[in-house]
Amino acid sequence: MRTRPCGDTGLLVELDSLDEVLALHADLAADPPSGTVDLVPAARTVLVRVAAAADLAGVAADVRARAPEPVGERGAGEVVEIAVTYDGDDLDEVARHTGLTADEVVAAHTGQTWTVAFAGFTPGFGYLVGSDDRLHVPRRESSRTRVPAGAVGLAGEFSGVYPRESPGGWQLIGRTDHVLWDLERDPPAVLLPGTRVRFRVA
Amino acid sequence: MITVLATGVQTTVQDVRGRPGRADLGVGVSGAADRRALALANRLVGNAPDAAGLEITLGGFAATFLTSGVVALAGAPAPLTVDGRAADPYRPVVVPAGAQVRLGTPATGLRTYLAVRGGIAVTPVLGSRATDVVAGLGPAVVTEGDELPVGPAPTAPVPVVDLAPPPRSDGVLRVVPGPRHDWFADPAVLLRSAWSVTDDLNRVGFRLEGPELVRADAFAEVELPSEGVIRGSVQVPPSGRPTVFLADHPVTGGYPVIGVVVDADTDVAGQLRPGDTVRFRAVSV
Repeated sequence: MRTRPCGDTGLLVELDSLDEVLALHADLAADPPSGTVDLVPAARTVLVRVAAAADLAGVAADVRARAPEPVGERGAGEVVEIAVTYDGDDLDEVARHTGLTADEVVAAHTGQTWTVAFAGFTPGFGYLVGSDDRLHVPRRESSRTRVPAGAVGLAGEFSGVYPRESPGGWQLIGRTDHVLWDLERDPPAVLLPGTRVRFRVA
Repeated sequence: MITVLATGVQTTVQDVRGRPGRADLGVGVSGAADRRALALANRLVGNAPDAAGLEITLGGFAATFLTSGVVALAGAPAPLTVDGRAADPYRPVVVPAGAQVRLGTPATGLRTYLAVRGGIAVTPVLGSRATDVVAGLGPAVVTEGDELPVGPAPTAPVPVVDLAPPPRSDGVLRVVPGPRHDWFADPAVLLRSAWSVTDDLNRVGFRLEGPELVRADAFAEVELPSEGVIRGSVQVPPSGRPTVFLADHPVTGGYPVIGVVVDADTDVAGQLRPGDTVRFRAVSV
């Protein structure tokens, strides 16, 4: 674990694996350091945002004193099925990167169980990790200024669905009509941490 | 109730607090780009600190007050008229029923805050009345013809003030280096250079023009896994042109952050307009 400064109201905690991130996030969420306002778990980091008057050095010491054990099993949550039309603009690029055919990319995406590791980026966006590494691809060289709502993408070890139109740099492989964020629901997000996802061909 | 006649470049409903504590739902903080100015405008009309007001970009806003009210402006000094008569910014102004309130274009700064005694009483979403333009949360961006509800007057009286001072702006933003300054060949370029604010600017942030921030050789081809970012983060995409994040920044970002503007100075950053010059001064925490 290593901590890096993030302005005068933040602390970025670096970890070696996603499992360590999830363990630390769970530990911090259960008993937040004094002054904590927001916790942002991500692939290899947890951002701890604190109130303007909080004692950052004290928060850093508190975080560093924690050594939570990674949880062996993740994703005992509900299973959500998402129907996807696999016609994304980057499907061929993903095939080239992975050495698979486009059909094999679709088979790999629909053939594994994905789990929401954490949410972020924008309301309702869940970072999904798969059960194998066949579809690990880099982000696009340049990001798009407009990615349509429902676009299904891949980046790094993650897959995700854009809940609404936004900028984005993920490799797009398809699209879905599944509504992932709805303020009429409680909670409004479908893809909560721990939720499992199966994609199928629409 | 006020009826909107004109909105200028962009007018949104904002509050000071936004939506903290929901980042793990992907919900950013949002709220006023210059929280200090909105807080001042609220104080001038005796509102509670969490009352919502209007954030008006480069003036040009006009509205009819259906009932009498008290308003105050703070932030960018836009000329204010009530039924054609000039009124002072930075002090409470009584608006008679049926009167028209108009804002001209501010000579400096970008965002003027209009507080109405009682607050703009739109329905809160996830605990805030702020419009997050990127996340699509809160009320829609204000448009001509909108009728905005005003809440009941608070019990606190309108305070007696002579004139609250306009905000400082010397174009210097204090910045804490990191978290990813080590990704750059010479991160001090950020501190040594005069940067120009481009017109690629909105509530998410603004892009700066200046020397290219070149990556260190060891990180030239490395992809940063997405990580949490905060307001004030100076993020550098592969082009080497930095972007400073404001109120509606995404919760996570995929490019290295070379430094983070200290929280208080993000309000100053929220008043920068295209063509303004910015310098960064390093501070430690």
